[in-house]
Amino acid sequence: MGQLFAIEIIYRGVFQKTLAKNISRGIVLAAHEEGKPGISFGRYGDSPERNGIPAKSFAIVASDAETLQLGMAHYEPNQVDVSVVLDDTLCKGYESWAWGGIHAVNQAVKPGGTLIVTSTQNAEALLKLIHRRAQPYKLGIVKGIASNSGMWVYKNDHTDVRVLAAIAKALPELVSQKSIETYINKSLKDALKVTSARTAYERFNTVEVQPGVGNPEELLHFDLLKWEEMGPGVAIKGQPQGGPYEDPVTHKLGGFRPVRNEQFKKFTTRSARPVVNFETCTKCTLCWLNCPDGSFDLAPDGTYDANLEACCGCGICEAICPIEHCITMVNEAKFRDNNSQWAWFKKDKAGYLAWLNTAIASAEKESERTHGFRYRGQYKEQVPQALEIARKG
Amino acid sequence: MATTTLPVKEEKRFHEEEALITGAEAIAVACKLANVDVVTAYPIRPYDTVMQYMSQLIADGEMDCEFIVAESENSQFEIVKQASACGARTFCGSSGIGWMYAMEVLTVAPALRVPLVALVGNRALDDPGAFGVEHNDALAVRDLGWLLNWVDTAQEALDTALIAYRVAEDPRILVPLAISCDGAFLTHSQALVKVPSAEQVKEFLPRYNRGDLLLHPDNVISVAPQCNEDWVMEIRRQNYEVTERACDVIREAYADSERIFGRKYGNPFFEEYMTEDADVVLFGMGTLSTPVEVAIRKLRAQGKKVGFVRLRWFRPFAGPEIAKALERFRAIGVIDRDLSLGSPDLSGVVATELRSAMYSNAATRPPVIGFICGLGGREVTVPDVEKMTDTIFQAAQGKAQPLTQWIGLRG
Repeated sequence: MGQLFAIEIIYRGVFQKTLAKNISRGIVLAAHEEGKPGISFGRYGDSPERNGIPAKSFAIVASDAETLQLGMAHYEPNQVDVSVVLDDTLCKGYESWAWGGIHAVNQAVKPGGTLIVTSTQNAEALLKLIHRRAQPYKLGIVKGIASNSGMWVYKNDHTDVRVLAAIAKALPELVSQKSIETYINKSLKDALKVTSARTAYERFNTVEVQPGVGNPEELLHFDLLKWEEMGPGVAIKGQPQGGPYEDPVTHKLGGFRPVRNEQFKKFTTRSARPVVNFETCTKCTLCWLNCPDGSFDLAPDGTYDANLEACCGCGICEAICPIEHCITMVNEAKFRDNNSQWAWFKKDKAGYLAWLNTAIASAEKESERTHGFRYRGQYKEQVPQALEIARKG
Repeated sequence: MATTTLPVKEEKRFHEEEALITGAEAIAVACKLANVDVVTAYPIRPYDTVMQYMSQLIADGEMDCEFIVAESENSQFEIVKQASACGARTFCGSSGIGWMYAMEVLTVAPALRVPLVALVGNRALDDPGAFGVEHNDALAVRDLGWLLNWVDTAQEALDTALIAYRVAEDPRILVPLAISCDGAFLTHSQALVKVPSAEQVKEFLPRYNRGDLLLHPDNVISVAPQCNEDWVMEIRRQNYEVTERACDVIREAYADSERIFGRKYGNPFFEEYMTEDADVVLFGMGTLSTPVEVAIRKLRAQGKKVGFVRLRWFRPFAGPEIAKALERFRAIGVIDRDLSLGSPDLSGVVATELRSAMYSNAATRPPVIGFICGLGGREVTVPDVEKMTDTIFQAAQGKAQPLTQWIGLRG
């Protein structure tokens, strides 16, 4: 058997679909320059290609055709040499297309393999999100904001070639930087991209992550039913209706919280979350009515609290809320838990509102928001920003 | 993209290009090369990659055709049926339940002798809604006069699509033909594919000519008037004759394909892998060849002589030829990525078909064990193949085995 290489790219469905595909294609075409055969493919399903839902693209490369076939015999590799994460908020884990619970982004990385994350955060901050594991691996960061675009548009901000260069540095046996540059010259025909790739190659380095280092949180896992255990007729039993819940200060019951599916959390779809100002909320019901996932709880005091286990981060509530900054979408990477904002507000009003103001201020500064572009011309404005980050490193 | 010259042919008459494309995109490239006139589209995964890629080719000015986005699959196929009758070379396709929604048109097309070429990106039929591969969508037309084949790689998809136009439009045939690509495993996997030149395709594929069947003001005909028991049986017999002739036409097309494009496919109807000295073989269609071939190499290292026969053409089912090739083995295991609920032995479609093909010669009739495996896009794994092989070795040793077994099922 010859040499076999597997790379997976974890990305935000739709918004990073073209980017992920361009990276996995780039790996195969660059390795082809060295005479290595390869295949690039995606794992599609219903949810992965809905907005923001974690999805994967793969590149399998081998030293010869027979070894490549061996690599493809298991379509979705269990173990990869390099995992690339194209949005650092995915480091909280992703929910797979087969609904087997939540998975860690480093789960498939071989012992000693490399996890590459595009992020403006440092390794220490990312390791608060990335789950700990028993085997050591390397973590490398390609500095940059998550490169999001839409179904029909591609933001050509050089993230593709910068990640390719990082892969070449992490795994030179797979492909050399020279072959990456040959691929860029031949297929992308963009001299500036060669410069971006070279700069990224020079700057990319990794840190060793020791066993047990990382987020200690236990990931949601469950076993799928056997065929005889399932009921007939493709019918799924509904959840109980739900009901009022307790105010943490007055201990009075009130409001309404629906019972939600414990095995389908949905929050790994989120790259930004709504933060709510319960003081300015007029109880108009619009967020609650318009949330496509029914993720708002009616709080005992009549305001609406985004349930952060159920929220997908689509931003419709922010768009529909008539009060300025009553609901604001804030980058998910800033948060460590999914606790109720309303409960915090009830227990510590001043503390919550002070935090809320910083969160809103950070959201206003953020050039990148969740769910693709927000206004016409946004990408045009963003590309120079992204290139600036690429130049500075 | 890297360019290269033909690797197999001695005289390098033509210039080939290489492209990193999916199985579905390879079909789109074949349509471009075949200079298709009318394409109809309606989105459904996994077939829709072909329509996305084709619209890109049109937008880039590389392809010129009428590209009609229909309002449903039923209209999608109705439009190409009419266009084909008017002498246009057509392409369309669908997947799963979308293909079934076109069923009314799929049913009438063979009798009208319209040589539609379609892609079925194989997908499980609803319910439940699932995207993964299952072969029951394309197989639903197996008794209606369509020609059906299954391909394994993006390269084979491209080459077979050109062969498909040649076969379907042959004046001896003129019936619709569907190429099946396993959803995701082939439709969405990009591999390096050698793309033939326009000159090669011109040499291989003649212009589409319906002759007297052309629906045109200069050739006044009336198509499909109402008739009853006075005519129907004779019309059916004409389609029956077509399927009988199809094997020869397919053989000719493969021979010319090999001569002009330089890729050797061997027997057009099935591909054999490590069968020369095999005691037992596995039999199946589509991309399951990848795990099966890897498992076979592993099993052979343990001294187990097992081979694989991959069926390319399900319609026509080259019965005598297949039976003759398989009668020498001591047992056969058929992997069905489909169901034929309530069938004899409750086996899948392919196992039932193969048993029927092998029935007539009682002297050489090895046991045929049916396996239901890889439904709804579930992977057929190397351990699955090892398990199936163990079972057929048991059958070869005369130990009775259940005739149908589910592999890779939870429970």
